[in-house]
Amino acid sequence: MHEFGILLLVLLMSRGFLKVLPISAGIALVCVIAAHPQIPNTNSAQTPQTNVVPSRPGLNIVVLDPAHGGTDPGARGVGGIRESDIVLDLAAQVRRGLEAQGFQVMQTRSANENPSFDDRSALANAQTGAIFLTLHVSSTGIAGTMRVYTMPDMPLPPANGGLIPWEQAQAPYLSLSRKLGDAVQAELTQRFKGSPANVQTAFVRQLRTTAAPAIAVEISSVTISDKTDLDRILPGVAEAIARGVVGFRPSYVTPTVPGVAPGGVASGGKP
Amino acid sequence: MSPEWRTRILIALAVAVLVAAIYFPILKRRVKRQAQVQQQSEEQARRELVQSLTTATNEPMAKAKLFWAAEGEQAALAPTTVDLPLSNDPVLRAKQVLNTLLAGPVDAELRTLPPDAALLAFYILPDGTAIADFSEAIATSIPSGVQSEQLAIDSIAKTLEANVPQVRRLKILIHGQEVETLAGHLDLTGLFPVNSNANAPAATSPKE
Repeated sequence: MHEFGILLLVLLMSRGFLKVLPISAGIALVCVIAAHPQIPNTNSAQTPQTNVVPSRPGLNIVVLDPAHGGTDPGARGVGGIRESDIVLDLAAQVRRGLEAQGFQVMQTRSANENPSFDDRSALANAQTGAIFLTLHVSSTGIAGTMRVYTMPDMPLPPANGGLIPWEQAQAPYLSLSRKLGDAVQAELTQRFKGSPANVQTAFVRQLRTTAAPAIAVEISSVTISDKTDLDRILPGVAEAIARGVVGFRPSYVTPTVPGVAPGGVASGGKP
Repeated sequence: MSPEWRTRILIALAVAVLVAAIYFPILKRRVKRQAQVQQQSEEQARRELVQSLTTATNEPMAKAKLFWAAEGEQAALAPTTVDLPLSNDPVLRAKQVLNTLLAGPVDAELRTLPPDAALLAFYILPDGTAIADFSEAIATSIPSGVQSEQLAIDSIAKTLEANVPQVRRLKILIHGQEVETLAGHLDLTGLFPVNSNANAPAATSPKE
């Protein structure tokens, strides 16, 4: 079973397909080779995956994740405000701000649908030179304040054949995620008084499987009675997020993954 | 049908409508009251259960440190010292403190866990991994959001850390099942660190 899984992995990689491959016994691995701009990709002559965007080195792509959607409305306010609707509006505004700065922006959803956590991460994991922002509105907190979260410390996975486990995909990117989080939080705090001064950590499910600098931005809150109050602050939130990303851009470097061989083969491991 | 009978039927119908108009609001109030009584009974039963768990042990009273939300700070926890008859058995001790945590602080605004949530089971494995199984209400009744869900998990982990040194890491189940998130945000697939500064090795993140 294990050998079959490895064979399948090699076959798919040789054809330039998927980065996410079930190996055996429920273990899923994410291949970091294609997502690593400093590592020569031996499959570069192959047909690229359709949603992989060729780009110059550095940070070029922002993947926006309007959380929830479809049958999952997320947090709900007394006035019928739904988190899933608000974050979709916010994503559209952040997108405009980032595109004006020359970023290519992708969204995990653009309508009332609910991709899985893994599908959302997979969109970011398939890109080169990308960051990931998941957008939320809470049902608690002081109205009009904003918080940015990154994952807490995660152990770096052991080296294993150029792969890192899907379940720990965020581990090599934590340091960059915190820099990104600090940059965005600083912009939000400057504009929205009462917001925390520093980025915070939380075990956010969506961030764990994302192989890119990744943050969660949470707005307070859906509990306000009038949706127009939230609508009024969204442009400011979008602008602050865009400014934070622009501020982070020079800090973006490709993270060093332990176990990368001189030949450019990234190493990872099973959980 | 004679006009006389028609009049009688119309009068009867009018009386019936009048009675219904008076009776339905009363009936509605009774149903609502009954639901409230039932809810209070469940809450009372749970509190009695907690009471029995904490008083039936014949253990000496000890000071337990419980973590609820900090007053005036929505994103922080603060320790509250409560006198409880704490068992020396770590599993029973953990149940006692978690049930007291679920019962809530005096000020309901400082709750970190939903009032209708219950601890269904609690185990500690030989390696110090604790498994806490909560009822579905912990997921369905908690306010949705990263902040509130993180506060809930932190209050459980910190309360265990302060009172049950044998616990090294915590796994949370809901109704006996592993779930992906608490209420759409916080990752419950892995282990949460508890007493991570202790000598024994502890997991540092979910899915380690």
